Amino acid sequence: MELNRIIHINEIAQNGAFDETKALIYKGSMGNHEKMLSSIREAIEKTGLKDGMTISFHHHFRNGDYIVNMVMDEIAKMGIKGLTVAASSLASCHAPLIEHIKNGVIKHIETSGMRGELAEQVSRGLMEFPVVFRSHGGRAAAIERGELHIDVAFLGAPSCDPMGNANGYNRDEENATMCGSLGYAKVDAQYADKVVILTDHVVPYPNTPSGIPAIQVDYIVPVQNIGDPAGIMSGATRYTKNPKELLIAKTAAQVIEHSGCFYDGFSMQMGSGGASLATARFLREKMEQENIHAHFALGGITGQIVEMHEAGLIDKILDVQSFDLIAANSLKNNRFHTQIDGRFYAGYDNGGCAVNALDFVVLSALEIDTEFNVNVLTGSDGVIRGAIGGHPDTAAGAKMSVVVAPLTRGRIPTVVKKVNTVVTPGAVVDVVVTEQGIAVNPRRQDLIDRLTAEGFKLNTIEELREKAEKTVGAPEPIKYLDRVVGVVLYRDNTVIDVIRQIDET
Amino acid sequence: MKIQKAAQAGTVESSDIIVKIEPADAGVEVVLTSSVMQQYGKQIEKVIRETLSELGVDAARVEAIDKGALDCTVKARTQAAAYRAAESTDYEWRTKA
Amino acid sequence: MKLRRSMMFVPGNNPGMIKDAGIYGADCIMFDLEDSVAYTEKDTARFLVYNALTTLDYGDTELVVRINDLSTGLGIKDLEAIVRAQPDVIRLPKTETAQDVIDCEREIERIEREAGIPVGKTGMMAAIESAEGVLNAQAIAKSSKRLIGIALGAEDYVTDLKTTRSDGTELFFARGMILNAARAAGIDALDTVFSDINNEEGFIAEATVIKKMGFSGKSIINPRQIEPLHKVFMPSEKDLKKAQAIMDAIAEANARGSGVASLKGKMIDKPVVLRAQYLLELARMANRESWEA
Repeated sequence: MELNRIIHINEIAQNGAFDETKALIYKGSMGNHEKMLSSIREAIEKTGLKDGMTISFHHHFRNGDYIVNMVMDEIAKMGIKGLTVAASSLASCHAPLIEHIKNGVIKHIETSGMRGELAEQVSRGLMEFPVVFRSHGGRAAAIERGELHIDVAFLGAPSCDPMGNANGYNRDEENATMCGSLGYAKVDAQYADKVVILTDHVVPYPNTPSGIPAIQVDYIVPVQNIGDPAGIMSGATRYTKNPKELLIAKTAAQVIEHSGCFYDGFSMQMGSGGASLATARFLREKMEQENIHAHFALGGITGQIVEMHEAGLIDKILDVQSFDLIAANSLKNNRFHTQIDGRFYAGYDNGGCAVNALDFVVLSALEIDTEFNVNVLTGSDGVIRGAIGGHPDTAAGAKMSVVVAPLTRGRIPTVVKKVNTVVTPGAVVDVVVTEQGIAVNPRRQDLIDRLTAEGFKLNTIEELREKAEKTVGAPEPIKYLDRVVGVVLYRDNTVIDVIRQIDET
Repeated sequence: MKIQKAAQAGTVESSDIIVKIEPADAGVEVVLTSSVMQQYGKQIEKVIRETLSELGVDAARVEAIDKGALDCTVKARTQAAAYRAAESTDYEWRTKA
Repeated sequence: MKLRRSMMFVPGNNPGMIKDAGIYGADCIMFDLEDSVAYTEKDTARFLVYNALTTLDYGDTELVVRINDLSTGLGIKDLEAIVRAQPDVIRLPKTETAQDVIDCEREIERIEREAGIPVGKTGMMAAIESAEGVLNAQAIAKSSKRLIGIALGAEDYVTDLKTTRSDGTELFFARGMILNAARAAGIDALDTVFSDINNEEGFIAEATVIKKMGFSGKSIINPRQIEPLHKVFMPSEKDLKKAQAIMDAIAEANARGSGVASLKGKMIDKPVVLRAQYLLELARMANRESWEA
């Protein structure tokens, strides 16, 4: 066939004429598109990872994760330097990163949070480049817009088929490792230049419905263990028995019930703290009494939400992160328990993100100040020990954000004049519930009027601060050096605060 | 009140403080470790010193390990340890104002 | 009227629990210097409770301190400290006879005088924890004007009876006796603790029984027991409506200048009025506290 005799051929078909020899080579195989590799090193080599690039990880394995350390050790052995590690979050188990930072393998870190020894050392000035802290929604948007470009994503998965369909659970073995939703990893898989799946469980094609679809995956590396199941998730999240948390939860449920956000067909998200989880229990009682059901529950999902779904109290579950085995199994088995990705969940520049459809969210806090700013990232001693998570995203998206916290923890006051680190601005925080009083942001006069009319005795946030201080005394401010060790971004990726190196002199 | 021997009061539980008092030749020395050192270290030491001063203890070595105790707990543990260390039960209870 | 539905035990040597005791809405907080404190820590607990009472703010909550009994020698040391810290009530454990109360009262009065506290300001209550004590309940209940109530302490009592705690059969006599003695003396009757805090169903069943018997309330060992207990003591909507109708009828009769009120053709007796008044007051006070964390 003489292609050049066809008019406009170069504009309509650019790849030349059919070649039968090639077709015979590829017939019945993946040809040179074979994705299964034998080692992490081979994968790193094939992705073309070079000095100064950005690699990413997800945190669905929480404190049981083996992937980050496994991959970083191999990269270090290969002599690659100056990398940016953009993890969706980091946990205490990632302390080995300290050595890679000291040896120059890692130059910069972006994450939602940090705990343990790594966080301690970062707070004491370990890194030259300040760590960037983003919310889950902020990270998803930054990746989507190219502000955070990922060269290679290394994503652990509890199951994957030879084509690359990966999942947070598997269907052919009951007791295998599982993490449920791969929500945050889904964003990386979609936007990273190269995607490597590391799995302990290769299953036959097709591993569908899949968390990460094969078309987004470049390489698959089978490994012995992807994580410690006990650290990844517990069997069932138990309701707290702590009487103080129960009291806070009960009060929060009463506030919600009378807030105007509690109607047949409402939507909600519960944070993972003891008091916020327990709020779900008290709400459930009210839903049953008054025959009210929720249209959907969003977010980090626990067994309690699943039980309400299975009891017909919640129509749909949108799951970006599963917190326990009950949630993970429900994602596998329940038709209307859906896996969503970080952008779908909270991507700020997408008007259709799920947080924007929330009636209310119940969130925890390390500190709240009299401007209603909330800190969930640094402890009262100024050391990093938490994660932003979806805190600012959900607070901003929901019609009402309720922050629950004890007024004091030991001798440390929770309601203070100025939080150590602003993570979620007072502009999006509506109600603070403590065991010793409720404060509504003056910006929400409508809520103040409504709750007062319902017979609630509200406090001002200043009154709560005074109450705390009366019990524990006025704390002396933390001493910091000028040097910035962390930059905190709001969900639109503007700088909302910085974390400074603590002064231990 | 004179410190006769080493004695202590309190526990390592959260919101408590262990106060250990030993005899010393002169002056009150306080060695404090606290989970809230930055925010309340000075205040805790001040309460320990004031309490000992009220009891007329002017020579003692004090070692305290604090887990976020309130001032009234710091005071109670210091008083109890001091009386034990002084081998005294001549408690002086003031009437609440 | 003072509500004493819940009297919450707080171990006297536990700073964390002492700090938070006031936030749960118990009607009374009872700081314990007795059984929850090891013999070697009696002095430290006394210092701790004394300093808490003289420093911390528990609002309107009634504050009670359980001292060691006077025969141990510890009781008098406790009184020297605690009377000066001025809680509302001192709870005497293991009360066997009226004389035990009288002896304790004499010491309290002496300390009040020495400390410049108005004589009679310190209230008392007596816990009855033995077969002998139960038989003397009537005399004990009438032994002092300071007494605000008497309480049953079942753990020692059942041991004394050579039985154990079970479904409540073992406490029929003691509860009946103590309740009658208290009401005859015009003071409150408090029931014993229910120790299995994870058995909410069993707790509610027991609370329901003692409420029906006529007890004012119950000693409790965990804040989680407060809410179910208060629920048991909350009059039903139906009872409240009826009580309100009775009071309306009385008001209407008074307005007519008639001394005789009737409801649905039935004359209203004085006990019925008193009962209605009590229920409405209970509901009013219970409602006042809801949503006040």
